[in-house]
Amino acid sequence: MSEHADLNTVQQPEHPAEHPGYGTFIKVWVALLILTAGLVGMSHVSQTYAVWGLLTMTPLKAGLVFYFFMHLKYEGPLLKIVILVTLGTLLIFFALLFSDVAFH
Amino acid sequence: MTTHAATPQPSYLVDTGSRKGLLAWLTSTDHKRVGVLYLVSMLSFFFVGVGIGFVMRLVQLTPFQHLITARTYNALFTVHGVIMIFLFVIPGLPAVFGNFFLPILIGAKDVAFPRLNLASWYFFMIGATLAVLSLFTGGGAPDTGWTFYAPFSLKTGTNVSLAVFGAFVLGFSSMLTGINFITTIHRLRAPGMKWFRMPLMCWALYSTSWIQLLATPILAITLVLVILERFFGIGIFDPAKGGDPLLYQHLFWIYSHPAVYIMILPAMGAITEIIPTFAKRTIFGYKAIAFSSMAIAGVGSLVWAHHMFTSGMSNLATMIFSLLTMIVAVPSAIKVFNWVATLYKGSIDFQPPLLFALTFIFLFAIGGLTGVMQGALAINVHIHDTYFIVGHFHYVMFGGTGFAFFAALLYWFPKMFGKMYSKKAIYAAWFPMFIGFNMLYFGMLILGMMGMPRRYFVHLPQFHTMHVVATVGSWFLVLGLLAFFGTLLYALFKGEKAEDNPWGGVTLEWTIPSPPPKENFDTIPTITHGPYHFEQESQ
Ligand code: HEM
Ligand SMILES: [Cu+2]
Repeated sequence: MSEHADLNTVQQPEHPAEHPGYGTFIKVWVALLILTAGLVGMSHVSQTYAVWGLLTMTPLKAGLVFYFFMHLKYEGPLLKIVILVTLGTLLIFFALLFSDVAFH
Repeated sequence: MTTHAATPQPSYLVDTGSRKGLLAWLTSTDHKRVGVLYLVSMLSFFFVGVGIGFVMRLVQLTPFQHLITARTYNALFTVHGVIMIFLFVIPGLPAVFGNFFLPILIGAKDVAFPRLNLASWYFFMIGATLAVLSLFTGGGAPDTGWTFYAPFSLKTGTNVSLAVFGAFVLGFSSMLTGINFITTIHRLRAPGMKWFRMPLMCWALYSTSWIQLLATPILAITLVLVILERFFGIGIFDPAKGGDPLLYQHLFWIYSHPAVYIMILPAMGAITEIIPTFAKRTIFGYKAIAFSSMAIAGVGSLVWAHHMFTSGMSNLATMIFSLLTMIVAVPSAIKVFNWVATLYKGSIDFQPPLLFALTFIFLFAIGGLTGVMQGALAINVHIHDTYFIVGHFHYVMFGGTGFAFFAALLYWFPKMFGKMYSKKAIYAAWFPMFIGFNMLYFGMLILGMMGMPRRYFVHLPQFHTMHVVATVGSWFLVLGLLAFFGTLLYALFKGEKAEDNPWGGVTLEWTIPSPPPKENFDTIPTITHGPYHFEQESQ
């Protein structure tokens, strides 16, 4: 990785020089495992728990993957805005869907 | 970029490479040739669809008939719907006229990704082939309707899996075209071609492309879930396994309502090009039209559940979606008013493309207004799943997108092929088309109001008279279509040579030869003013 580092900083000056080490990756991975275990646990309690678990933990997991593994943390503001807009759109879709599902 | 016209470039129709004939066409990445490939394949599918529709109307000529079984009738309307929707009206205008004219309208030599463009056509053909194969393999032609509603689509023994996979592949064609056009519009505009100097067809294609790119994946995933459910019984949609069939309807319409805007926006774009040319004046309300395209694309993504008012959705959801549906009619109406205002006090040059554009406005207005009726909850309960719905969507999709396609073809045919057709023959073809269309589909609106349910292979005697009217209408319509395309086909081979600018248009495509040269422009033009700049006006 280190031989690419200076190339990156030349092409994209806003790119911070430090890159995550394996330590960060492993910590994130452990966090993902814990969240998954929590999710499986909750789904054994009751269906309501399972649904709330899915609704809270999966976005959290996806967020971690985006942020660290997919390098969102190290990207410029434009990309972050695009992703926020996407998430906002998705949220509107969910809200509309829940206007049905939650009031069946 | 040679100096001007010293050695004129050959037309795009001439093979200059090492490959000749059909092979040269099938491997060409020229956006104009790709557009023509789409045109030919799409019209072939269109006529198959017309044939099936014609047969269905024949079946309804008598109340109780023994020509075909109910199963066959189910297969007929499914295949008719799949062909017309996925192979004709959805790809229709963007794939043919978008490909051919988008680069020319913004002063570019090609789209941003020419190879991807050709690849989209191959995806289109592969998807279409799979869908056609599904008719003859497995358990036979799918009988679910083009909507593939669960749980029936999970249970039927017909070959739903292959048809659905075909639609999945077609989705790739649509998404790739979307990416290509968005990039082209962002990156390849000629110098001085600012956003608000683009012809409005480009705005229409731009908003369409975003829907193609963002909504199609949802359909793709939904269709994959249907296939998985059929093969592995994963129980997402099947109520017997704890799944939710309404979820299927939500997911399907989250794509398929925006898809109706994929169909109609570029059609509106083409009409917006035609009207100023024949009114010889600039468009009324350029920005209103541009923004209403974007507004339709945005709000139109939030109305999908108006297809589900009677499906057992929550009352709260029905009210929200009814309201949103009413709102989306506003930007559509803005466009209609702008077209009419453009014609007002114009110096109108009445030609076949304008006749078809005006027909579009008339038929689309009926389609749009019946849509608003259906959007009202109380009325919807009465007419849902009746012939009224069938009448409505034929007014918008055939009367709207179909007639806009014909108008665009008449407008750009001389440019695309360098030949002019007989205007008299086109006027003559218009009559049976228009009369037949309204007999057929207004008849359906009335039948629906009377209570005739859709997708039935027989009908009760009290519906008989209107069914006969509709069937006779279908004969006129088919006759008109044959005359229309016969005229164009004749012109293609025997027509007189067309001028470079037969209609006195002022957008960039009229500044280059007919048919266009390989690279469109000798030198890329520099743009100094808006798109509809008629000299007459400034005098
Ligand atoms: C002012 C605009 C429009 C409004 C308010 C509107 C409203 C509606 C509503 C409420 C329905 C559902 C009726 C039911 O099944 O109970 C419907 C069905 C349908 N609409 Fe529209 N619509 C509009 C424009 C369009 C356009 C532009 C197209 C296509 C180009 C279109 C295509 C369809 C189709 C295909 C169906 C039936 C789908 C099926 O069940 O197979 N609509 N429309
Ligand atoms: Cu809809």
